[in-house]
Amino acid sequence: MTAILIAEQVLNGLQFGVMLFLMAAGLTLIFGVMGLINLAHGSLYMVGAFAAATIAGATGSFLLALAAALISAALAGALVELVVIRRLYDRDHLDQVLATFALILIFSEGTRWLFGSFPLYLDIPAWLSGPVMLPGGIQYPLYRLALIVLGLLIALGLWLLISHTRIGVQIRAGENDREMIGALGVNISRLYTLVFALGAGLAGLAGALVGAIQSVQVGMGEPVLILAFVVIVIGGIGSIKGALIGALLVGLADTLGGIFLPELLKLFTDPAKATATGSAFASMAIYILMAVVLVWRPTGLFGARV
Amino acid sequence: MSREALVNSAALLLLVAVPVWALWADEPFTITLATRAVIFALAAAGLNIALGWGGMVSLGHAVYFGLGGYAMGVLAFHAQNYTPLMDWPFTITGTKSMPVIWLVAMISSAVAALVIGLLALRTSGVYFIMITLAFGQMVFFFAISWPTYGGEDGLSIYVRNSFPGLNTLVPIEFYGLCLSVLCVILFLNARLIRSPFGLALNAARQVPHRVETVGMNPTRLKLSALVISGAVTGLAGALFADLNRFVSPTMLSWQMSGEIMVFVIIGGVGRLFGPVVGACLFVLLEHFLGGVSEYWQVFLGLVLLGIVLFGHGGVVGMIAGRGRTHD
Amino acid sequence: MSVKTLLAAAGLVALAAGAQAQVKVGMITTLSGGGASLGIDTRDGFMLAIGMAGRDDIDVIVEDDQQKPDIAVQISDKMIQSDKVDVLTGIVWSNLAMAVVPSATAQGLFYLSTNAAPAQLAGAGCNPNHFSVSYQNDNLHEAAGAYTKSAGYTKPFILAPNYPAGHDSLTGFKRFYDGELAGEIYTELGQTDYAAEIAQIRASGADSVFFFLPGGMGISFLKQYAESGVELPLVGPAFSFDQNILQAVGDAAVGVKNTSTWSKDLDNDANAAFVSAYEEKYGRLPSIYAAQGYDTANLLLSAMDKADISDPDAFRTALEDADFDSVRGDFTFASNHHPIQDIYVREVIKEGDIYTNKITDTAMEDRDNAYVGECSM
Repeated sequence: MTAILIAEQVLNGLQFGVMLFLMAAGLTLIFGVMGLINLAHGSLYMVGAFAAATIAGATGSFLLALAAALISAALAGALVELVVIRRLYDRDHLDQVLATFALILIFSEGTRWLFGSFPLYLDIPAWLSGPVMLPGGIQYPLYRLALIVLGLLIALGLWLLISHTRIGVQIRAGENDREMIGALGVNISRLYTLVFALGAGLAGLAGALVGAIQSVQVGMGEPVLILAFVVIVIGGIGSIKGALIGALLVGLADTLGGIFLPELLKLFTDPAKATATGSAFASMAIYILMAVVLVWRPTGLFGARV
Repeated sequence: MSREALVNSAALLLLVAVPVWALWADEPFTITLATRAVIFALAAAGLNIALGWGGMVSLGHAVYFGLGGYAMGVLAFHAQNYTPLMDWPFTITGTKSMPVIWLVAMISSAVAALVIGLLALRTSGVYFIMITLAFGQMVFFFAISWPTYGGEDGLSIYVRNSFPGLNTLVPIEFYGLCLSVLCVILFLNARLIRSPFGLALNAARQVPHRVETVGMNPTRLKLSALVISGAVTGLAGALFADLNRFVSPTMLSWQMSGEIMVFVIIGGVGRLFGPVVGACLFVLLEHFLGGVSEYWQVFLGLVLLGIVLFGHGGVVGMIAGRGRTHD
Repeated sequence: MSVKTLLAAAGLVALAAGAQAQVKVGMITTLSGGGASLGIDTRDGFMLAIGMAGRDDIDVIVEDDQQKPDIAVQISDKMIQSDKVDVLTGIVWSNLAMAVVPSATAQGLFYLSTNAAPAQLAGAGCNPNHFSVSYQNDNLHEAAGAYTKSAGYTKPFILAPNYPAGHDSLTGFKRFYDGELAGEIYTELGQTDYAAEIAQIRASGADSVFFFLPGGMGISFLKQYAESGVELPLVGPAFSFDQNILQAVGDAAVGVKNTSTWSKDLDNDANAAFVSAYEEKYGRLPSIYAAQGYDTANLLLSAMDKADISDPDAFRTALEDADFDSVRGDFTFASNHHPIQDIYVREVIKEGDIYTNKITDTAMEDRDNAYVGECSM
């Protein structure tokens, strides 16, 4: 296995991790500020992808499609927050799980009702397509490189938002003491809607960005959702920094585990059996990572409070 | 008789009366549907021990349900093919006997619950939900890609396993067996809640620090409850696999975990008969909504949403009043 | 009363009703959830044939299995116990077929497969009442192997998801391609990102790529492959190049070779009639699932013309004759009730705004399957 191949796989792991971060950031914010566990976060990811595919089909513009994904997922998020989620803040996690599980059913089958059962078409624009040559002779798709850069920029933006703006102060206050910010005269319900819409918008954007290189179809959100859960369990719930580190760890572990485990087993057994068994264990790699982190730090890497 | 006791008796009466009517009216499929409901009720009764009395929101109970199913599948598969399960260090052969299968199902699910519990109970609250979900997903992926027992194709068992004195192939006899198992488990559950262990568990859920001050370890109490809970759900998994004469990783999927939880919540969390009412209601909804529209899951979602937003305490709670059975 | 006696009773009633027996068909297929498009096409193709024949001696009940094995079993129980069907059909997925077919045929029903045909049901687990009208699952992969070899590739890289059909796929490929491999990998089922695998392909020194990634997995792979700058020729089975999927893949699929038992440009009268009737009725081009559904219905109708369903032995013989005009041209059954048919190589092209396939070659002629010898009936 060459150094170039390993470098390329590390880039792939990074890119996967950065996209997971967009999902995990919203989840962790929503949990941190409102104490809400949202299983329907994956549905918002799907909403973003479908909106992007629709707008890209109508206008041919990828940037408009991304904007549409962001806006429609944020709107869908705000709507869901106003109609349903708002009633769940002072309920226990159990009611939240059931209600958001019900939302998944409604979103998934509702989307199929509107858009039909066939996967939609969404492609990356010509100006981002094709491979580029990186220093060291690594040939890498430009679009994936753009995803890494964009994801890191969004992470930076989120950090600025939270540490340097009024809203950020309110969010941080909300994470620390929910009753306090009410007493300070902040409009809590508006803040909650805003945070939920922000998280939803990020998920929708991730759905559109990833949808362009994958398949835009009903049910695309749930596998990502579960990975995002693993990410925030590892990173520590409520911590944006934890979500970023956790996402990169999961992205790298998943990508590199899938490559190296079968190779490792090939040293011991015949190739066909090694690939099958190796892949079976590789699919468990991130969960084992999670178990190890939990044994070491039960509240995740950056989740200080219990 | 309290209102809840009335609800419970009515539920039990219906579970006996409807299949008897179906037998008389020659509607064998109604019996099959009722069997499905009773088995789901058993799975949910298992989860209710962890969820309702232990306060552990496990979104990974499909692991135990699926393990129970695979205990049946693997044992019957080896019996059906006359191949030993293992040769070394001693020979274990498969079996088609339900009591043996049930025992294996309960033990393997209990062991899984112990391992997962040891890790997951290091945390609590929302971490616990996500971790149980994640471990469920891990087992699911492993089952899909492990080729020995059919992987995603699952295992098909051609003839239902046997129970001494019964012809389990006859729908009503198998139904009677499942209902009896459910009743025994519900009876034991009722005893369990009133036992010193049940009282301590209840206290561990509500005021863990007080339990600690009297020298008991709340984590250990919860772990024991999770193990019992997993074993019961595993037993339901073995029965479910026998109902379908088939087991596959679908039984391990996170949607399955979600559905088991839905049974408990719509019926009533922490209520003895909550899981029973919830499972029956779900099977009815699934059956009738499925006939109405191709997009029936939208309506299922709306019904669930309505129950959680406006019906505190599930269906049993709505009928029987708010008071929870803490005694 | 056992199910068998119930069925026997139903048969007697049917006999008493006269020679013109009503045949009851239960179709279990996927109409909701992510895999719905395959089941919808199966149903539409099947119903089109019934409608075109204008028959009123056949009742079809269609139910949605949600792509869940336990639901499929529940529906088959209901159809057998309450609706008292004579024939079951329609299952798309192998794991669902394994859950339903063995017990249905053991109860004396006929099962006609419109798609799924796992190895177990073709070999040791074959049953006189089970007919696969589609193919045997390995067939398209075998044809891809044969094509890879005849096209002169000497170092293919092969990949499939890590589940039974994936293992069968690579085994089938290697059955007819016996040369060197540049690499062989199993991906995760449902995986959506193939960057890591594409990097391995790039580094492997392969001269071609064979992949089996059904559904959304194939769409993702093709889009990412096109972006990667790897320009090795691709070969795959028809599933990833199906009429419904191609529109979601777009340009990334153009030029890819795939193996199929059917194509809309196959030159025979039955196919021409099918394609135009399907387009007219449903407003879209048919897929291979629709074609297989259509053939299954026509096979059933042809058997009904020759024998009465209440005489299972005669009906079985009538099915074995396969006396119908298949949209796939010559069609007969091997001794294990799986088809003997030609398998073609197609190329993805763009016709106006629509992506579709055209036949370029024949990969295998009169192919049966590898399991004929294991089946004793």
